[in-house]
Amino acid sequence: MGHLLAMTDWDRPRLEAFFPRAQAALEALEGGPAPVPSRLAGRWLANLFFEDSTRTRLSFETAATSLGMRVANWSEGGSSVSKGESLPDTIRSVDAMGPAAIVIRHPQSGAPGLVARYAKAVVINAGDGTHEHPSQALLDTFTLWKRWGSFEGRRVAIVGDVLHSRVARSNLTALRTLGAEVVLVAPPSLLPAGVEEMGASTTSDFDAILPEVDAVMMLRLQIERQKEAFFPSVRDYGRRFSLTEAREKTLKPEALVLHPGPMNRGVEIASAVADGPRSLVLSQVTYGVAVRRALLEVLL
Amino acid sequence: MTGPGAILLKGGRLIDPANGTDAVLDVLLEEGRVARVAPSIDAGQGVRVLDVSGRWVTPGFIDLHVHLREPGQEHKETILTGSRAAVAGGFTGVVAMPNTAPTNDSRLVTELMLTRAQEADLCRLYPAGAITRGLEGKQLADHAELVDAGCVCITDDGHPVMSAGMMRRALQWAQQMSLPVMVHEEDLTLSHRGAMTEGAVATRLGLLPIPASAEVSMVARDLVLLEEVGGHLHLAHVSCRGTVELLRAARKKGLHVTAEVTPHHFVLDHAAVGDYDTHAKMNPPLRLPEDVRAIREAMADGTIDAIATDHAPHGPADKEVEFSRAMNGVVGLETALPLTLELVRDGVLTPKRAVELLSSRPAEIFRLPGGRLSVGDPADVTVVDADAVWTVDAAAFHSKSMNTPFQGREVRGRVTHTVVGGKLKFLEGAVGADL
Repeated sequence: MGHLLAMTDWDRPRLEAFFPRAQAALEALEGGPAPVPSRLAGRWLANLFFEDSTRTRLSFETAATSLGMRVANWSEGGSSVSKGESLPDTIRSVDAMGPAAIVIRHPQSGAPGLVARYAKAVVINAGDGTHEHPSQALLDTFTLWKRWGSFEGRRVAIVGDVLHSRVARSNLTALRTLGAEVVLVAPPSLLPAGVEEMGASTTSDFDAILPEVDAVMMLRLQIERQKEAFFPSVRDYGRRFSLTEAREKTLKPEALVLHPGPMNRGVEIASAVADGPRSLVLSQVTYGVAVRRALLEVLL
Repeated sequence: MTGPGAILLKGGRLIDPANGTDAVLDVLLEEGRVARVAPSIDAGQGVRVLDVSGRWVTPGFIDLHVHLREPGQEHKETILTGSRAAVAGGFTGVVAMPNTAPTNDSRLVTELMLTRAQEADLCRLYPAGAITRGLEGKQLADHAELVDAGCVCITDDGHPVMSAGMMRRALQWAQQMSLPVMVHEEDLTLSHRGAMTEGAVATRLGLLPIPASAEVSMVARDLVLLEEVGGHLHLAHVSCRGTVELLRAARKKGLHVTAEVTPHHFVLDHAAVGDYDTHAKMNPPLRLPEDVRAIREAMADGTIDAIATDHAPHGPADKEVEFSRAMNGVVGLETALPLTLELVRDGVLTPKRAVELLSSRPAEIFRLPGGRLSVGDPADVTVVDADAVWTVDAAAFHSKSMNTPFQGREVRGRVTHTVVGGKLKFLEGAVGADL
């Protein structure tokens, strides 16, 4: 069925056909272990994480094992990569062991596309550099789909370090494909040039946009960017871009709040908001397993 | 009266911008020099006659900016293979960058390079020495020693001189030797680990951006220094509109600043990166369409002096990797001519201006031999079939490396003969010291 490298590869019919599959996977997971072995039983998945992860890695593993697949987990520390092995060579070796799928997270944008050139296995991008994190966008849009049904006329704000965010890019593309409007909210130093060509509008005025949107996707602030002077301090950033309780009160009554995790509580999002009634943060995690199970079923 | 080894180029269209010539003329080469230029020259006894009717006959091309990788990275290129690529591309002289291993910051390395070039016996090689020792930006290299050994300019190419004070003193020290100071303009705090030019493509691919200001602000700085202390500043591989604008203003003021541009920067824009094509990764990066337009205008109106390839050979292991980790640069010696002729066909350049950019002007600004074909000048000649159609195939390159973004491109214009010092070094695909 092909690889999953980027949301830019998915058109609207494909996305809309996927959500019911994810819903079925969710119901199957809620109903306990699969009653009959799936067609994927006995095949195996290589989880290759060149970068840390909690949710993504665990949910791919959980999704795969729920289908009777075996999972081999690998991370960069202590591997041959630290001996200077190139990515193509690493992948050729892994692929020679015959996995059905390679799930890869990598700090370099575009790495999964390079992997796909060398692997016979289906390659799933689990986050590459500042490029894309397509399975995250699938689970985020699935979460909204369950609430909204349709994206037409919906307006979503994606807020934070857009420049360095693969979650922002994948969600922007998926939401636009589904017919939603997207406004990117960030200080000028963290807004990438020409992002309007991807169909977004941009603003640095978070307060002005809050009453106008149906959902707010908060991005994790990489605190180390402070050292590079993208903003003066976490505190000063928060003054304009943190989703505080006061800002939360200016949202439409039915507006939703999402965050891909891991959260910096008190930095980009107040604890009371993250744990409050609008927050879909834990639903996102739950649905993440279902979405990845459906992905494996669709792709393999 | 003509001695053995003389060559008569018969019936070609001589384009010799330095002499204002563009006419069908015969050219007789003898004892390493141009012996005669006239409408019809009869071949004397023992003269080898080459029928070049329908072809362009031009002074040999001179590339102010190549990386030949020797010493240090001979698996990518050597002075021999790089010289083969040069004559195959019509270049009779090349300026070799000092980012070798060890760095060309001493007489020993300069002499080694010259010895290797002599052994290769193909094109003329002009070493460029380092501005600072080890290209580290900390201490000036011994420029007088480098000049005495044969260096024709100084540069820390690839490593911008971040200290303004260091650059000021380099301009001061070099000017007593009339030495061009070639600069790779990049403020590293602005390029900041970036992998491609800032814009919609970088944003879509999630590659860290290199803004135009990384180049333009350093050009501005160095022009201020040039105005203050004098000297000759040469801008390597100009890539953006802002640089062109500053260059024009500096020329108006009468500053001694010259500039080169690479074929990839006047043919391609950032869209060539496509889906992480590392063969489109270079530094400075491919820029926006508006930059390409500005550069083409500057080539036409004389603001830019020279076409230089920045020939930068790399092996597959340097390019078949993640984009951000891939080495910068492309090979360029064997594709420069047809890419330049694309601008002639597009009406951007006249044939005369194209030859100026490839030959006479680079020779003039670096005060190198060649670049014109008056009687008595060195017999460095390039013959071009401007209409030959061919498809770029890296596997057929004479260079040791194949990293070109032009693989598979159908191009027009091919070098058929390259003569250096009166000897035929390239003839219809074959390379040799005396064909």
